[in-house]
Amino acid sequence: MTTILERVKTALGPEMAGPGLAFVAVVLVFGLASPQFLSAATFGSVAFQLPELGLLTLAMLLPILTGGLNLAITFTANIAGLTLAWVLRENGGVDAGVGIFIVGCLMALLVGAASGVVMGLVIAFTRAHPILVSLSMMIFLRGLGEFLTRGGDISGFPAFVGPIGHGSVAGIPVPLIVFIVCVLGWHVLLGRTKLGFNTYMIGSNLEATRYSGINTRKAIVLVYTLSGVMCAIAGIIMLARFNSVRIGHGESYLLITVLACFLGGVNPFGGFGRVIPVFVALVVLQLLSSGLNLIGANQHLATAVWGILLVGVMILRWVASKIKISIIRRGS
Amino acid sequence: MHQATSATVSEKPLLSLRNINMTFGGVKALKNVSFEVSPGEVHCLAGENGCGKSTLIKVITGVYRPADGAVIEYDGETYSHMSPVTAQDRGIQVIWQDLALFPEMSVAENIAFSEIVGRRPRLVDYGRMRRIAIEALARLGITLDVDLPLKEYAIAQRQIVAIARALIGEAKIVFMDEPTASLTQSETDHLLDIVRNLSASGVAVVFVSHRLAEVLEISSRITVLRDGALVGVYPAAGMTQSRITELMTGKTFDQHVRARPNDDQPVVLEVRGLTRPGQFEDISLTVRRGETIGITGLLGAGRTELALALFGMLRPASGRISIEGKEVRFTSNRDAIKAGVAYLSEDRLSLGLVQPQSIADNLVIASLRKILSGGLLSDDRKRGLVSRWIADLGVRIGRQADAISTLSGGNQQRVAIAKWLATDPKILILDCPTVGVDVGARAGIFDIVAKLAETGLAIILISDEVPEVYFNADRVLHMAQGRIVGSYDPRQTRLEDVEAAVYA
Repeated sequence: MTTILERVKTALGPEMAGPGLAFVAVVLVFGLASPQFLSAATFGSVAFQLPELGLLTLAMLLPILTGGLNLAITFTANIAGLTLAWVLRENGGVDAGVGIFIVGCLMALLVGAASGVVMGLVIAFTRAHPILVSLSMMIFLRGLGEFLTRGGDISGFPAFVGPIGHGSVAGIPVPLIVFIVCVLGWHVLLGRTKLGFNTYMIGSNLEATRYSGINTRKAIVLVYTLSGVMCAIAGIIMLARFNSVRIGHGESYLLITVLACFLGGVNPFGGFGRVIPVFVALVVLQLLSSGLNLIGANQHLATAVWGILLVGVMILRWVASKIKISIIRRGS
Repeated sequence: MHQATSATVSEKPLLSLRNINMTFGGVKALKNVSFEVSPGEVHCLAGENGCGKSTLIKVITGVYRPADGAVIEYDGETYSHMSPVTAQDRGIQVIWQDLALFPEMSVAENIAFSEIVGRRPRLVDYGRMRRIAIEALARLGITLDVDLPLKEYAIAQRQIVAIARALIGEAKIVFMDEPTASLTQSETDHLLDIVRNLSASGVAVVFVSHRLAEVLEISSRITVLRDGALVGVYPAAGMTQSRITELMTGKTFDQHVRARPNDDQPVVLEVRGLTRPGQFEDISLTVRRGETIGITGLLGAGRTELALALFGMLRPASGRISIEGKEVRFTSNRDAIKAGVAYLSEDRLSLGLVQPQSIADNLVIASLRKILSGGLLSDDRKRGLVSRWIADLGVRIGRQADAISTLSGGNQQRVAIAKWLATDPKILILDCPTVGVDVGARAGIFDIVAKLAETGLAIILISDEVPEVYFNADRVLHMAQGRIVGSYDPRQTRLEDVEAAVYA
């Protein structure tokens, strides 16, 4: 019995406490405040809104764990989306076939990866700060995107693209399926692969990791490449959901992804953080905005409440660490 | 606890503590400790890490408040506890190991900081600041450019700046926490001269150090603590290093030369004419199977650079390295590890171990391929591998998932050794393996080294403490200014002769 509990505890990790509590609190508060909160409608709205922010958060998570940051995530996503849109348009537009779509997706993933490879190489070899490197990439991609689209929307896709954005399979929204597959992918990557192991080590101490015979440059390049690939997946989902591509889509998500990571217990300086708590944190954020929506609050107020929640969690975490220290002092 | 051999001190003590008890949570950090310092005396506070030395200093400086019943008599007044402000105002100064200086600020700003901060008008009088600084340095017989940022100076000079800062507040007693830990022998000698001058001018100095030789050289009395309790107060005259070690640890150690003949064993590592200009020149050496080669010399002699070249992290300009007869060229330490070279860094805190991460992860980091199962890392295999090494090397840990930083220096070093042994090395380079390790735990580390040598591992043991290599290596090489300038057989040379050559 105790071993099972221990196992569950270690599997969830200490990072789970914050988002877990927030989840329970949000469900309780809104469940009491609004009878419609615990309903299929809420689930539906969360399920469709979650994946965009979620996929971008996954793209942000890996660089943060190495002690870096990727500020180019939204523009990488949209440039990848543009790539897909371009492939579709050049090959028949609304009449393009599934084969063309698949080719377009692969091209989009390639473009996302390219954005990551370039950032990764610059960060790994010049030791320039990831904020500066990804900021440069962000500005470059935004300019490039605005130039290519002249600031407008690109639309006119085949009919089968739509369901990828708002269709369901067996009652589960397609974007949510994509997102959950990606969450599980990241979970395995971070917990069970050499790259994941090295990501945490680099985030805590790059030099000590290098002295241990780890190819830190390769790991950093891979981390940013995977981040770029994840952006491209987000870009494809956004294209399908909005049925259009615009270089500025989801721009406001950028910093929310950083905050979602921290809410999920990720160490802002790298080295610590797990995927599942981040996933729960994302669900909490979406539940919060859906709940506020239900009780008739302004949509903009929801964003403000996100801010308050995050600050609240930081303070609670600090209080918890104080209590923990006093317990340890008394205990040992 | 046996009866303190009280050294005869005629004067009334400057500082006298009695009945000091200090409890953290359930842990008794200090048990009924008493402590006495005479004016102008150099007094050593000795004990292993965690014995209560730092806690005692913090009680004296007012950081901690001892349990009721404590008596602190200082300079004619009696207190039940100190406060940091009183301690400072009444001339009690501490120089912590990390010095607590501002590297970006000038020498003058660092020294006169406390004189300037909080004074009104809130304008900084740079002229006064420079005068204070120059005066304070002059008292120590030192001239530094007080306008240079502190970071331009080496650690030894920074130490002096920290001392100068402590002295501007009319100090009567100065506590020095491991002041020589990062100094070379000549810098240490210089520091000891400064301490003697201070003592002669009537300032009492309480010296906390791991290096017992200098403790014996400088202090008149030694107070030994063990597990938070007073062991005794002893006059330095007539004391020996091994006796202090015994008192500190409560165990007896016999040091003997472990050197054995290995000439019949095959050569594992052969280095010929290895050169990297400015760091090491024309280095040639051979290490045989089961042999331990000691390399000693002062800091900056090129020892670590040579080790890094053997580990593939520095590219030599010329010369060659062969392992088991095959010439090797490393482009990174990954090549070196594959070829069977392991390197234990001297800097365990920032290079040797990934401090915030777990014991288990630190142990497997260099041998991840061993815990792969079907292409993925296996938690079970990791746990198995870690348990085996923890048991093999006698590491005392709580849980495998605890941060490595929760372990003592000695246990951390064992994990670091295990991490390299897990890579199945043929050659193990140990760069100052006892830095930050308690005296009592050092012997344990060397027992492991001896056992490893018996299993056939070729070992290069680097240390700036000559006795360490003398007693634990089969051959001692002396490096100075990037060259090997001497080679000694411990069975045929006296320790004193090797020390004389190295510290000359």
